[in-house]
Amino acid sequence: MNPSNVVILSAILFSIGAVGVLVRRNAIIVFMCVELMLNAANLAFVAFARMNGNLDGQVVAFFVMVVAAAEVVVGLAIIVTIFRTRRSASIDEPNLLKY
Amino acid sequence: MSGEDWVFWVSGSFAVLGALGLVFSRKAVHSALWVAFTMINLAVLYIANAAPFLGMVQIIVYTGAVMMLFLFVLMVVGVDSSDSLIETLRGQRIPAIGLGLGLAVLLVVGVGNGLVNSGTVGLVEANSIDGGNVEGIARLIFTDYLIAFEATSALLITAALGAMVLAHRERWLPRATQQELSKARFLSGSHPGNLPTPGVYARHNAVDTPALLPDGSTSEESIPRPLQARGDIRAVDHHEVNEIKEVDSQ
Amino acid sequence: MINASAVVWAEGAPTLQEVMPAEGVFSLIWLLIALPLLGAAVLLLGGRRTNTWGPYLAVFTVTASAILGILMVVGLMDRGAEERSIGQSLFTWVFAGEFEADMAFQLDQLSMVFVLLITVVGALIHVYSLGYMQHDPNRRKFFGYLNLFVAAMLLLVLANNYLLLYVGWEGVGLASYLLIGFWQHKPSAAAAAKKAFIINRVGDVGLSIAIMVIFVTFGSVTFDDVFGQASEVNEGTLTAIGLLLLLAAAGKSAQFPLQAWLLDAMEGPTPVSALIHAATMVTAGVYLIARSNAIYDRAVWAATAVVVVGLITIFMGAIIGSAKDDIKKSLAGSTMSQIGYMVMAAGLGPIGYVFAIFHLLTHGVFKAGLFLGAGSVMHGMNDNVNMRRYGALRAAMLVTFITFMAGYLAIIGIPPFSGFWSKDEIIHAAFERSPIIGSLAILAAGITGFYMTRMVAMTFFGKARWEDDAHPHESPKVMTVPLIILAIGSTFLGMALLFWGNIETWLEPVVGFSTAPSPLSTGAVIAISLTFVIIGSIIGWISYARREVPIVAPRGSLLTRAARADLYGDAVNEGLIVRPSFWLSRLLIWFDGRVVDGLVNGSAALVGGASGRMRRYQSGFARSYALSMVGGTVLVLLALVLVRLS
Repeated sequence: MNPSNVVILSAILFSIGAVGVLVRRNAIIVFMCVELMLNAANLAFVAFARMNGNLDGQVVAFFVMVVAAAEVVVGLAIIVTIFRTRRSASIDEPNLLKY
Repeated sequence: MSGEDWVFWVSGSFAVLGALGLVFSRKAVHSALWVAFTMINLAVLYIANAAPFLGMVQIIVYTGAVMMLFLFVLMVVGVDSSDSLIETLRGQRIPAIGLGLGLAVLLVVGVGNGLVNSGTVGLVEANSIDGGNVEGIARLIFTDYLIAFEATSALLITAALGAMVLAHRERWLPRATQQELSKARFLSGSHPGNLPTPGVYARHNAVDTPALLPDGSTSEESIPRPLQARGDIRAVDHHEVNEIKEVDSQ
Repeated sequence: MINASAVVWAEGAPTLQEVMPAEGVFSLIWLLIALPLLGAAVLLLGGRRTNTWGPYLAVFTVTASAILGILMVVGLMDRGAEERSIGQSLFTWVFAGEFEADMAFQLDQLSMVFVLLITVVGALIHVYSLGYMQHDPNRRKFFGYLNLFVAAMLLLVLANNYLLLYVGWEGVGLASYLLIGFWQHKPSAAAAAKKAFIINRVGDVGLSIAIMVIFVTFGSVTFDDVFGQASEVNEGTLTAIGLLLLLAAAGKSAQFPLQAWLLDAMEGPTPVSALIHAATMVTAGVYLIARSNAIYDRAVWAATAVVVVGLITIFMGAIIGSAKDDIKKSLAGSTMSQIGYMVMAAGLGPIGYVFAIFHLLTHGVFKAGLFLGAGSVMHGMNDNVNMRRYGALRAAMLVTFITFMAGYLAIIGIPPFSGFWSKDEIIHAAFERSPIIGSLAILAAGITGFYMTRMVAMTFFGKARWEDDAHPHESPKVMTVPLIILAIGSTFLGMALLFWGNIETWLEPVVGFSTAPSPLSTGAVIAISLTFVIIGSIIGWISYARREVPIVAPRGSLLTRAARADLYGDAVNEGLIVRPSFWLSRLLIWFDGRVVDGLVNGSAALVGGASGRMRRYQSGFARSYALSMVGGTVLVLLALVLVRLS
């Protein structure tokens, strides 16, 4: 297995995740797409670790997972809070960024 | 094709399939399942790429914890809150897809161009230093990356506290007692008890038959609202009612 | 031709004098300035509690300076001719990079005569003012200003560098402004003060630029450095400096074309007119030119310009003086004319400097006397200045009449009165330079005879044309005593300076002295100029003493009307400067309103409009923002890939 194929796969997954972030409106799905992008990056790290023959890439991927877990916890809490006040999980609803 | 290639092509294809399913599913629950599918395949790919520790962590953390959290929140928010796929933002979808394609092409071209002649060292040697992949990662985490590791622990605690703070709902009023609740129910002016059941006769026992009130008229409330809306209300046969009265009087 | 004359001029040029340290009485040079400055400070800062004794303090400080000055002149005369330049440096005043200017004084023969003129005439006028300003509620302020003026003027003549001179120069300008506008409740006085100040600014700009050029050229602004190196600098630069200094002199000394302020300056109290606008400040220009002789001696064109300016002003002043009915304005015209003589003489080079200063001294005394006499007349005539309402005053105010006559005879140049000696020397020097200049000078002397005779005839002779409530009376002693002293000066100062003081040899080390062959002998010059003066006087006598003087001025000839209008000096200023300035201002306002504001408002509108359009992209939708982020990422990637692949 050529590791560059893995990297290309990771690029494809990343792009799909990015498109998902842009086109979906349900905040939870958008969040999942973000997770997908993070995983794509992890995949690239793993491939690079193998190509370069040291474990630093895997350690970084590990840290990414930890941070992603923390991020998911906080992000979902935010979504729940927003849902409580607005009765909606659409990310187009809270357009208060405009002001 | 070697076994490893087979693993890559199958799991890779599944991963892409799962990702596409994530993006194109109408329902959030389906999306979540597709993501879980993708992540399992990614775990397989990790293992195939000499990262067994990460593969396991991937399954445990992502498919186990993170995706369950997602599903849990989905349940809170409402499983049936399916997303209409009609785009509401003008000039969003087409550019988004175009940019996504552009991103993919550029990444593939750029990365592929950069990696075209690079060989693979492999992790056999690196893993053998400490006697295995897990041991190797452990050594790195607890030596070179110790500070980062400690920082992530602080981060996790903070995140947990933050989630609690965010999701916590402050109670402003004392909890209502049973008595208060029933008073409120009667004061609201709506029907306090059960609605009258539909009419029950010797010949008929059906929800579309209205109940009779003591004066002989029918009760509208006794028919379920969907039937009323459809007009499926059986008319009361007064001849039969009279027959019943006669029987009663004998 | 130019080279030849340059050589001739350089012949009489002085060599730099060695500067002696300040010892004995000369260690008090700074006190000359400090005393009146202290007086001014006490009077102006002390407020009302100095009202009673303040004026006497002012008189005392100036008198003390005068006594100090007399002691110094005695001390200087005791010394040898080559030891009469004394320097005193107090401290380094400005120090910036290569630029250095000291608070340093230079008392030499030229400064000395000025110090004497300023302090002695100044003291007399201070005393006179005690009487003249007796009833003025702002007497204290007046004396404070007068003291300030004396201090500034002394600083001007004692400075050893151009920058310090500039301080004095501006100081006298300030004092002049304050004193012209002393009766500022009169709009005309306020306007006259502003006019004097603004026109003086024009000259001051010339002086400041001249100082800059001097510093750039010589690397120093001290007189010794500048004059010592003047021979090494090319003539073009020297001409530029000379012309700029001439501009400065024209402003301060009311020479053409900056003459318009002096006539209006007569709005100030008469002692001010006598001290500042006749005897001392207006001669500062002549001092500047004489002091800078090393520059003018090597810049022929600048010197020629000085002569031309002087000649024009002689005639303008004389013509204006002949037509004015206001006694002070007539005297002011006469002052312009006489200073024109000095400026012209200063432009003649080493043959003229000495006589320019000589005439300056005699003029300072007799013109101060004339002005104070006029003030005395006004004092007795309810401050009326119209000579057509005077007449036959000689009996009513005998002392004033006699002293005025002394000044009169001095100014028209009747021997042995002091003006005769100095003016005769100037005319003689003019003939040495060119018969044309000499002839014009003699003609102007004739006109001087006319207008001064007219003034005397209208004031003291003829029939009384007084206003009904006028009761002419002699002025108090405090006013007449200075008049008498000045009259004595008017009579004898010329002879004293020429024969006893040897003014030529006295001043020669500073300004240089030479003679040239003249087409006319001294006797011939005297005869011709006296003839002209007498003819002019006779015409004036016949016209204004023998004939009835109408109370209302007749329409007069074209020249008379022009002269009454100050030879249209104001109209020329109005047309050439004021109106174009207004137009320029309007243009600038238009430019500011349309173009500058247009640019500003236009750019604001552009930003506003652009923002209005851009705002649509600020939708608040997180996905829109994410889209633009991805777009940016793609662009960066594209750039990276293109760079790497190319």
